[in-house]
Amino acid sequence: MKTVITSRGNTSKSLFDLRFGRAGWFCLWDDESGKTSFIKNEQAEAAGGAGVKASEKMVELGVQKVISGDFGPKAKDLLEKFNIQMVIIEDTNQSIKEIISRIKN
Amino acid sequence: MPRRKRLRKVVAPPGFKGYKPYGNSTHKKQFVELLYEEYEAMKLADYDLLNHLEASKLMGVSRPTFARIYESARRKLAHALVETREIRSVFGNAQLEGNWYLCGDCHARFTIPATLTEHVCPICRSIKVEIIKTKQ
Repeated sequence: MKTVITSRGNTSKSLFDLRFGRAGWFCLWDDESGKTSFIKNEQAEAAGGAGVKASEKMVELGVQKVISGDFGPKAKDLLEKFNIQMVIIEDTNQSIKEIISRIKN
Repeated sequence: MPRRKRLRKVVAPPGFKGYKPYGNSTHKKQFVELLYEEYEAMKLADYDLLNHLEASKLMGVSRPTFARIYESARRKLAHALVETREIRSVFGNAQLEGNWYLCGDCHARFTIPATLTEHVCPICRSIKVEIIKTKQ
């Protein structure tokens, strides 16, 4: 199962990003292979529609779970429609590595 | 057969499970069940100070129906106060905006899409999950 965690940077030591549509990077984690890859979010600086574009990207990647700090109303609707699980956590000072180790157990 | 009850839109369920009287001499086990839609009606009319027509539109019911829900809420509260009864919040005929859950262990909030059958926390696999309100 593929999980996306929003990240501020492109390494596993980077901090978790609380925004979804305007997150700097998306960390794609596959729990079968245990591999992580980082995808740059081109919409991070967009004027509008960042949440929608990000949601479309999630569908394209075949993600089943997205972990972020919050989701906008449009992103929520889209993710819900495509049966992608949304998870909101509010730990601002956690790195991607720490979050992955939390969901592994 | 009576006409089916339309679901009443409830933006946020009450933030409590119930209220208990204290300092009363006789302990009564009976309680009053305050439905989510009654709580919402009371909130819209008396806390947000909307008129009944505006409030009824928000809840997706007609104005007379809203008035009935509101009246029922008021009567239940008065009943509880006068007879020193406990108040409990009960789901009722409510429709919540989206289904969000809260994990009792790690406080993560999440949705459970239709494709998932297990009701566990996606972060810590705890089964102590509870349905909650949306963030808006």
